[in-house]
Amino acid sequence: MIKYERSQGLTDVHTHYCPGCTHGMLHKLVAEVLEELGVLGKTIGVASVGCSVFAYEYFETDFIQAPHGRACAVATGIKRVSPDRVVFTYQGDGDLGSIGIAESIHAANRGENITVILANNATYGMTGGQMAPTSLVGQVTTTSQLGRNVAEHGSPLKISEIFAQINGAAYVERVAMTDISNIRKTKKAIKKAFTYQLEGKGFSLIEVISTCPINWGMKPREALDWAKENMIPIYPLGVYKDVMKND
Amino acid sequence: MNKVLMKGNEAIALAAIAAGLDAFFGYPITPQNEIPEYLSKYMHEKGRVFVQAESEVAAINMVYGAAAAGKRVMTSSSSVGIALKQEGISYLAGAELPCVVVSVMRAGPGLGGIQPSQADYFQATRGGGNGDYRVVVLAPESIQETVDLMKQAFDIADIYRNPVMILADGLIGQMMESVDMDKPVKKRHVEPKTYALTGTDSHEGRNVITSLGLDPVYLEKHNNALKDKYNQIIKHETAYEMFNMEHAEYVIVAYGTVARIVRSALDMLKEKGIHVGLIRPISLWPYPRKAFDLIPKTCKGILVTEMSMGQMLDDVLISNKGRFPVGFYGRAGGMVPGPEEIVDAILNFKDKVVES
Repeated sequence: MIKYERSQGLTDVHTHYCPGCTHGMLHKLVAEVLEELGVLGKTIGVASVGCSVFAYEYFETDFIQAPHGRACAVATGIKRVSPDRVVFTYQGDGDLGSIGIAESIHAANRGENITVILANNATYGMTGGQMAPTSLVGQVTTTSQLGRNVAEHGSPLKISEIFAQINGAAYVERVAMTDISNIRKTKKAIKKAFTYQLEGKGFSLIEVISTCPINWGMKPREALDWAKENMIPIYPLGVYKDVMKND
Repeated sequence: MNKVLMKGNEAIALAAIAAGLDAFFGYPITPQNEIPEYLSKYMHEKGRVFVQAESEVAAINMVYGAAAAGKRVMTSSSSVGIALKQEGISYLAGAELPCVVVSVMRAGPGLGGIQPSQADYFQATRGGGNGDYRVVVLAPESIQETVDLMKQAFDIADIYRNPVMILADGLIGQMMESVDMDKPVKKRHVEPKTYALTGTDSHEGRNVITSLGLDPVYLEKHNNALKDKYNQIIKHETAYEMFNMEHAEYVIVAYGTVARIVRSALDMLKEKGIHVGLIRPISLWPYPRKAFDLIPKTCKGILVTEMSMGQMLDDVLISNKGRFPVGFYGRAGGMVPGPEEIVDAILNFKDKVVES
């Protein structure tokens, strides 16, 4: 008999996430990995500002809520004074790629031994679907109502590619929540990132292509297809940095 | 007693280590650079944490993280840099985390200059961060007092789980004075940090640190609890010095290095047969309002002197409750008043009156 049980890494509450949003599943994957690695008791999570602001309600670990964009700086502070603890941030693309790009790049450059879970849904979800640095060219958002255009707004920011060329980054992979096979790969990537942290290899970042059906104005299934057909070509999946392979 | 000649910024660094500093996070800015410079060496030697952050914003957020982990943490900066830290200070206050922030004031506004100033009194005591919160602000007048207050600041921060700011000016930071690093300070009881994020394998249940409160009923309750705490701080941590007050004809109010200059002015005035007292607030928040109730009836006026265009002046006007005429004499932009200027201001008090 196969019994489906909630991960020990998740609290027993309903999330506030919208129907069809991939945050819930991504939380589950992170929780399962922490449980499987046996590190729930020594993990400290850092929630960001955005939809994941309430992450501290959902993980069965110690948690702190960071100011907008500052999750990697907060994580640096925690990890430096408690090097034997497992420290991760859970951030969105606006939080990490826009307001927090400096904190994130420099945490990576210092080789902070932390893990960053980045949900990239190409929009600001919590505030109601504004244009993000990762919004696609032509994407209609509440602050790019005629569609994002390169001349005015610049191009989509390729976060994994940026972080891959930073010396201190030990592991960078872009994965997607668009279908079962990719979700499995996402979990594998997350596990690898935390394993690298446990082995003291340094900074790891897993960029997860995610959906935001409500702000995209799509049904959940349409959103998954849209992410697959439109986001992945701009944000190709794969391992962008692996210190164990580059040596 | 073991006195050594030491520069203010170095004394601040050593006092922090003596107070049990676990981690320092900072970013370069004049005139406080010697603090991170010294600490980068001393903290390394002691096996403690020193990180030069990518910005003041990052530094204060590293402080937030390390304070959440239950450690004694500090950052230092100056005017423009303190402005950038205000968001983080609001978070620390809101989430009730302890830390020490050293602010070595330079002249403003904007990029301003690097000479001594007291133009950040509002920034320190009113704060630039959002929301109803308070930061304990302690203003030393000598390097010895800076060292003593540094040691006390960490205890006050831990006792009340609140940021404490040491507000010095460029003079304190840059001058050299003899100082006894081992001078004992009052031992305070500090509760264990049961709130600290150390992992659920080290404490009961789950520890969560946040300042988010979308439910207004909850958030008002939290604000009321903070207010109760601030009232306790007002009751127990207000500090000031009164000097030469008996039968004073005038009273000068000054803090930090300006108070030292005033002391010389008092001697010069005494030679002229004019008896002038000094109120020197040591805690700028909580402000020593009660000291003003002790001003004798012989007083003909209160002169506020600051290296600013009149910021502490507001607190004096509140504290005076209209009892005495209040005058103001200030210098700005990095100019330091000489004692003879303060003597002149008393001799020509009528011209200095801002509220009679």
